[in-house]
Amino acid sequence: MSLLAEMNQKALNLGLPISVHFDITYRCNERCVHCYLDHDDHGEMTTAEIVEVLAQLADAGVFFLTLSGGEVLMRRDFFEILEKARHLLFNVKVKTNAVMIHEEEAARLRQLGVEQIQISIYSHQPEVHDAITKLPGSLKRTIQAIRFLKSQGLKVTIANVLMAGNFDDQRGVIELAKELGVAYTLDPTITPKMDGDTSVLALRIPGSELKQVFHNEELVGNVEEFCAPPPPPGEDVMMGIPCSAAHTACYISPYGDVFPCVQFPLPSGNVRQQKFLEIWRNSAQLKEVRSIRAKDLSTCSSCAHVGTCTRCPGLAYVEGNMRGPSTADCEKSFQRTGIASANMLIRARADSATRLIQIQSLA
Amino acid sequence: MAEKYIARSKAIAARKLGSEMMIMSAMDSTFFTLNEVASAIWQAADGRTPLSEIVVGQICEEFDVDPERAQRDADRFVDQLSRHGILVVSDQPLVEFSVSSESQ
Repeated sequence: MSLLAEMNQKALNLGLPISVHFDITYRCNERCVHCYLDHDDHGEMTTAEIVEVLAQLADAGVFFLTLSGGEVLMRRDFFEILEKARHLLFNVKVKTNAVMIHEEEAARLRQLGVEQIQISIYSHQPEVHDAITKLPGSLKRTIQAIRFLKSQGLKVTIANVLMAGNFDDQRGVIELAKELGVAYTLDPTITPKMDGDTSVLALRIPGSELKQVFHNEELVGNVEEFCAPPPPPGEDVMMGIPCSAAHTACYISPYGDVFPCVQFPLPSGNVRQQKFLEIWRNSAQLKEVRSIRAKDLSTCSSCAHVGTCTRCPGLAYVEGNMRGPSTADCEKSFQRTGIASANMLIRARADSATRLIQIQSLA
Repeated sequence: MAEKYIARSKAIAARKLGSEMMIMSAMDSTFFTLNEVASAIWQAADGRTPLSEIVVGQICEEFDVDPERAQRDADRFVDQLSRHGILVVSDQPLVEFSVSSESQ
């Protein structure tokens, strides 16, 4: 077990929130077609409120702090917030589209000791990337910003969200990352909008393309190992927790709402009304999420993939049941191993049963 | 032997986790955990108190360790952390590096 994994385990045993994802704004200068956010400002926290929350997070034991949005640099006080966060000795990761980062901002990020900057790039081709962000010239500006950040010696990761519209450019983005000397990570997950609108899910890549991703050695390492059939689950798997949400991690919105995770829109408290630690310790919603073990999952506990699936409880919650399956992850498990999930088998049986009954008009 | 003054660098991330301290260097992203004794030296690294005084006054007293051995271990610990930019070491007081206790 790595030292970091040991610390995560220790935080879990102590019930401490070691990681917090903090969106400080939902405003953005891009309008990405797949984005799940409403970009209007409905009353963001002020600088003073955010600084107070940061102090509470430090007191609560938070070490890893992700500052994200929206676009973080849409806040004029971004560097003031970042400076406070670093003063409180958080390990800070910043997620940004970087179009507002020039030499000066890059130097400031370096000076403040930011651990990592994650930047979204959808394609190496301006016409494809800019069509997704709906901001003309955005790819050029983002690439320029990456060069500024690299020249400061900062660690940069390109995050490539894969959609049907940019799937073919994945290789080009990998090459771009290599050329820029930065890390690359891909994400094939498109999530429903925060208001429940699922229309963006149509942008998801089809299963056949997901299969290609999972069988690409450059992306997953040892394909045989990565795509191996799941081993039978043991007692430890059935007593295991689905993920770190509400156990060692949580999410805070620009309005102060606390959720188990950025992908888990279960309102669990608000830091404008309560101290963060009170919410972390006493929220009924966080306690409920914490109580769930693999054995409690309605369909997944009987699934062959239960020990290896990337099942997201937040996506399951959005589908209607936090203890139920997340169909996007069922698809991933299937495309990875070729073995249908319990949820897929149940649905297939239900479909075929429906087809046995045919109602015909007597007329 | 010249006196050693130690101060916590500002180019780090740090947080207490139970009785240990997690530290990550912003210089090379090395991740450390400090045990209780090392954490106590870390907390006392105010840039003004000589290391020998920290060892005798706090470590030996609080943890009941032999002073010679404690000094040897502390020297090794300080040397290791300074190589990763986590502690700043000087033979003069380091007032400008002082970090308030608010930051941990």
